[in-house]
Amino acid sequence: MKEFETILSPSAVKKINVHHVSRVEGHGNIVVEIDADGVVKTCRWEVPEAPRFFEAMLLGRSYLDVHQIVSRICGICSIGHQLSSLQATEDAFGIRLSEQTLTLRKLALHAENLQSHILHAGYLVLPDLLGVPSVIPLAGTHTKELLCVVGLHRLANEFSRTICGRTTHPQRLIPGGMGKIPTADDLKKLKKSLEDSLPSFMALAELFAALKHKIPSFQRETEYIGLVSPTEYALYWGQIGSTQDKQRPTCFYKDLTREYCVPQSTAKFAKNVGESYLVGALARFNLNSELLSPKAKKVAALLDLKPVCTNPFYNTLAQVVEAVHSTEDSIKLLDNLLTRGLKLETVEAVKLRACKGYGAVEVPRGTLFHAYEYDDTGRILRADCVIPTNQNHANIQKDLEALAPTLAHLSEQEIELQTSMLVRAYDPCISCSTHVIDLTGQPAEPFVRFVRV
Amino acid sequence: MADKPKIAFFDFAGCEGDQLQIANLEEDLLAVLGHVEVVAFREILTGEYSDTYDIAFIEGSITRPADEIRLKEIRAKSKLLVAFGACAAIGGINCLKNFHDESVYRQEVYGDRAHWYPTYPARPIKAVVKVDAEVPGCPIDRTEFVRITKELLLGKEPYLPRHPVCVECKQVGNICRYDLGRPCLGIITRAGCGACCVTEGAICWGCRGLAPYANLDAARVVLEERAGLSRIEIQDLMRLYLGYTSAPL
Repeated sequence: MKEFETILSPSAVKKINVHHVSRVEGHGNIVVEIDADGVVKTCRWEVPEAPRFFEAMLLGRSYLDVHQIVSRICGICSIGHQLSSLQATEDAFGIRLSEQTLTLRKLALHAENLQSHILHAGYLVLPDLLGVPSVIPLAGTHTKELLCVVGLHRLANEFSRTICGRTTHPQRLIPGGMGKIPTADDLKKLKKSLEDSLPSFMALAELFAALKHKIPSFQRETEYIGLVSPTEYALYWGQIGSTQDKQRPTCFYKDLTREYCVPQSTAKFAKNVGESYLVGALARFNLNSELLSPKAKKVAALLDLKPVCTNPFYNTLAQVVEAVHSTEDSIKLLDNLLTRGLKLETVEAVKLRACKGYGAVEVPRGTLFHAYEYDDTGRILRADCVIPTNQNHANIQKDLEALAPTLAHLSEQEIELQTSMLVRAYDPCISCSTHVIDLTGQPAEPFVRFVRV
Repeated sequence: MADKPKIAFFDFAGCEGDQLQIANLEEDLLAVLGHVEVVAFREILTGEYSDTYDIAFIEGSITRPADEIRLKEIRAKSKLLVAFGACAAIGGINCLKNFHDESVYRQEVYGDRAHWYPTYPARPIKAVVKVDAEVPGCPIDRTEFVRITKELLLGKEPYLPRHPVCVECKQVGNICRYDLGRPCLGIITRAGCGACCVTEGAICWGCRGLAPYANLDAARVVLEERAGLSRIEIQDLMRLYLGYTSAPL
């Protein structure tokens, strides 16, 4: 057995260089080197994503276009970017939303959460748990399970289409309201589909419960940050909460996302109380699990997930729990809309003035901040955007550092698999967040205003 | 039995939204996979399984010299190369940054280390290598993607409509944006999307690129006189997706 041979031969130096990790969104590299004595010499998480300079793209653009431009930061979380962006613009101009618009926006976010979590758990992580390179072979070996995942994914996309026009770069969201609203019939059908999907979700949860032993049991305590609210499992808005720090209003996000240099890496990382922090489904679960919907709590129990969970690999399990919560909460919100009846609403006229605004939304991968400064003609003077994955980079690095020594006795393939699984568990969205790493050993300057796209 | 055609997906500077549309084929994806062998698709598949490709699909624009090298390598290994999505086909949103002085924003963002991060004006794939076909849109329409893939595998030249979006708007019965006092680039944009954005209550932003023989001079007059846009507003609208064309900018 190759693994056995490696343990027996003491002079084996192991070099793992995963160029462009697969089954993650965007481009990232894992570099690990372990010497013959099992000491980890190198351990790096690198992000060579091409910069697109969204800051430059936004300069001078009208507030009417901003959310459509930032939507293109990411294909998977485009709804999240639009919502956070609109929140910032509406905060800046003092635009207030009707209850109907608010409910529709929360539904849009739930739809995105569902789509992204199912894609991640089912298409990107499940192959590792079943020992295959992708979902493609599962069509033959695990047809029923794959069709279950695909069916839920299709439902999530239809959900997005019903609420905001399409999943990727939707067209209906506008500052202050909606360009088009669904009909009552659309919503009735959607509600029924969501209710009918709950058994499939339970089946998915049972599948992950059965495969849970394949997930590495690795623990590393860190700070968990996410939006919190006293009345609901915070997704659309809230204050910034933390397991190790006091709550803050979202306009103080910069106090949280502070950066520092580390000697063994050239990328700057974000830290708050400790050396790194984690955002995403696991953080939200750790902060807000009491406010999950009843079935979501059942799924958490089934998966034996309890706060505060310090295994980053279990982020995927937290996503499964959240998917069930999003479904149940959406049914409630749809009920609300159907009871009150949908109304065609006109968006109130915006009074242009120089202003600043902040938006914070929990997108599938964590807290997304957008902050804008507008001039008196309603055009962007300055834009700032802090991506969840960006906030996770330091935590990924720290986790890798803690994980690598425990893998020293394994083969290169095993180390490659487990470190890749660690990165995948974070569900990183790397084209949203880039740290352009300079490999010549000099510290890289952070993007001054706009974060790394 | 002949080998299944080998197809591969690669991406550069983009949002991966177009590759997501492939995953969004849902059950149809399994049907497509019955006819082709996916040998590289980093977003969902670990590993590369071939040194050559029958069709290589490229998403995203080229924004730095290192990407050109990678792209040319892929081109050398592919029988057919398809640019899919607006960023790859026409440059897309990425070209918005081309209107700012590059030295200024690079300096601002990178400070005195700017020279370590070479980037240049964003450009579509066809600016660097020969492109055999394109799947337009931001994001792409997945039924169009399947149709074009089928046509390529059958050895046909893929069909793309040569008329503007206006035709499709009328087909679905939308009220013309100009009748509502709003602008719309459907007048010069290539059809094929079913006028989806107008149908969803928005306007056409031109993400599929210019229709052949689009009358840009007349379009500018229409935007000024019917929609009442100022020159700056017209420029803004055109630059969203048409930043790499000869549209009046």
